[in-house]
Amino acid sequence: MLLALAVIGVVYAALSPETGRAEATVSASVKDVTEGKRLFDQSCASCHGLNAEGTKTGPSLIGVGAAAVDFQVGTGRMPAANPGAQMPRKRPVFDDQQTKALAAYVASLGGGPAIPSKEQVDPATGDAALGQSLFITNCAQCHNFAGGGGALTGGKKAPDLHETTPSHIYSAMITGPQAMPVFNDTTVTPEQKRAIIAYIVETREEPNPGGFGLDRLGPVSEGLVGWVVGLGLIVAAAVWITAKQREND
Amino acid sequence: MTDNDNTNGSAGVPGEEPADGAETRRPRVIGTPPPAESHRLLSTDTPETDGDPYAAGPYPGMAHERSEERIRSGVRWAALFFVIAFLGSVAFVAGYVIFQVGDLWQTKWSNMALGGSLTVILLAIASGMTMWVRRVMPHYDVVDERHPLPSEQPEKQDFGKFFMAGAKESGFTRYPLLRRTLMLAMAPLGLLPLVLLRDLGPLPEKKLRHTDWKKGTKLVVDGTGEPLRAADFSSPGGIITVVPEGKEHDLDSIAKSTVLLIKLRPEELELTEEQMNWTYDGIIAYSKICTHVGCPAALYEQSTHRILCPCHQSTFDARKAAKVTFGPAARPLPMLPITVDAEGYLVAQSDFHEPVGPSFWERG
Repeated sequence: MLLALAVIGVVYAALSPETGRAEATVSASVKDVTEGKRLFDQSCASCHGLNAEGTKTGPSLIGVGAAAVDFQVGTGRMPAANPGAQMPRKRPVFDDQQTKALAAYVASLGGGPAIPSKEQVDPATGDAALGQSLFITNCAQCHNFAGGGGALTGGKKAPDLHETTPSHIYSAMITGPQAMPVFNDTTVTPEQKRAIIAYIVETREEPNPGGFGLDRLGPVSEGLVGWVVGLGLIVAAAVWITAKQREND
Repeated sequence: MTDNDNTNGSAGVPGEEPADGAETRRPRVIGTPPPAESHRLLSTDTPETDGDPYAAGPYPGMAHERSEERIRSGVRWAALFFVIAFLGSVAFVAGYVIFQVGDLWQTKWSNMALGGSLTVILLAIASGMTMWVRRVMPHYDVVDERHPLPSEQPEKQDFGKFFMAGAKESGFTRYPLLRRTLMLAMAPLGLLPLVLLRDLGPLPEKKLRHTDWKKGTKLVVDGTGEPLRAADFSSPGGIITVVPEGKEHDLDSIAKSTVLLIKLRPEELELTEEQMNWTYDGIIAYSKICTHVGCPAALYEQSTHRILCPCHQSTFDARKAAKVTFGPAARPLPMLPITVDAEGYLVAQSDFHEPVGPSFWERG
C-alpha cells in the first residue's frame, strides 16, 4: 500500500507540471479577467456568490476551469432562466468575446481545465472507429448510440448531440456538466476524446433515408411507429365507413 | 325534385321521368351505362316485371329514402375518386420511368413516387367505393335470424350409423393386430421431441456463478484495452467501463464481466467496513449488468449518484453499494472488490462475491 501511494505520488508529480502549463495558457490577458469579473458580478453572482464561492442555489465555480464556462455559457445553459431539474440548451446570452472574458475570470480563480484548441477537437483528425468503441461503452447509455439523447431520472435528460460543437463536446467530457460524469484527460486521453468527437460528427453526416429519422433507432422501431400510426388511421377509416347511417340519410 | 310524395316508401325516388311500367327492363350489366331513357340507378316501384321476384330490390319497402340530388352528388364524388385512381396509375408509370434506381437517394425518390402513387390509387378506389356505398346504394335495416347450431337428432343418428359402418368396413375393429401396431407406431411420435432437447447443450453448471475476474486481473478500458491507474482515474464524478485484461475481445466473457467503474469522493461513500475494503480511494466497481433482466445499467448521474437502468428504470445508489432505490430490480448490483497493484494499476481483489446479472433457477 505504501509503495502504491508512493507510486501515485510520483505519477502525480510527473503530471502536475503539465496541467499547470495548460492552465497558464488560459489565464489570458488581465483585461479579459477584469471584463469577466464585471460580467460575472452582473449575471452570475446572484447564484454562484460574489466570489464564485457558491450559494444554496448555485455551486462553487472555483476550480471548474475555463472549459466549464465555455460549455455552460457558450451553449446558453447559463445564465439559467429558472432553477429546475434540467438546465436546457438555449440561445446564448453572451457573445464569444464575453464568454471568453467570463472563462478567463473563472479560470483565474483556481485553474481547472482549459478550453480545448481547435486542433485538439478537429473531427477530421480523429479515429472514428476507436471513438465508436469508446462512445458505445461510455456515452451511448445516456446519449443514444447515434447521439440522439435520452431520459434520466427525476425529469433530467441527456441532451442530443446533433448541434453540439466539437469544442463543447470536449468541454462537456472534461468538466461533466449537470448530471454528466467526468472523463478526465488521464482516463480518456485527449486523442481518444478527439476520436469520440470524430465518431459523433461522422455519425451525424451518415445518410439516414426513409421517413422520420427517429434518431436512427432502426427499422424495427420505425416499423412499430408505422404499425401504430398506420393501423390507427385504418381503424379510424373502418369506424367511419361502417358507422351507422342516420335513419333518413 | 319531389321528395315527400313517395307513396309506397320504396327505395326508388320518383324522378322527372314518368313511371316506366311499359318498358321492358333489360338486366343491367356492371360497367355498362344505364338505359338511355332513365337516369335511375335503382329499380323502383315496378312490380309488373314478369316473374322476377327481386325486381323491386331484395328488400322491397324497407329501404330508407334518399333524395335524388344526394344520390347524384354521391355518384359524382365516387366518379371523381375513380378518375383520381386512374390518374394515380398514370403517375405510377410516369414515376417508374422518370425516377431511375441508382444510388441510395435516387432509390429513395423512386420508392416515394411508386409508393405514393400506389397509395393514391388504392385510397381513391376505396374512397370512391365508400361514397358509392354510403350515398348511392339503398340503405336498409335488416334482421336475419340465425338458425340453431346443433343438427337435428335424426341427422346425428344417421351420421353415427354411417361412421360405424365405415369403421367396420375398414377392418379397424376386426383386425386387432392392425389396430395395435398402428398405436405402437403412433405413440412414440409424440415423445420424439424429448430426445431433441439434448441439443440445447450441456447444463450451465457453475458458469453463471463466476466471471473472468480473478485476484490480480487488471481492469482495462473497454474499447482501448489500456489498463488504468488509480491516480489517473482521479476526478470525482468520473466513470469508465472496464473489462478483465486479456478478455477485451471475448464477447462471451464481457457479457458477464463488464464493470462500471465510478470515482466518488471517499467521504461520500456509505458502505460497511467490508465493502469499504472493496473500494480504492473512492473508486468503486459495480457489475454493469442489471440484476433485473440483465440490461447494461450504466446511466450514472454524477449529481445524484444514481445508476439508472434504461430498460425498466431500476435505479441504484452508487454511494450505498448500489442499493435499489426505485424500479423492479430485486438486488443491488454486485460489487467487484478492487485495489491497486505495485505499479498503481487498478486490479481485482477476487471475483464478484455473488452471481452477476438477473436471477436464475438454481441461484438460490
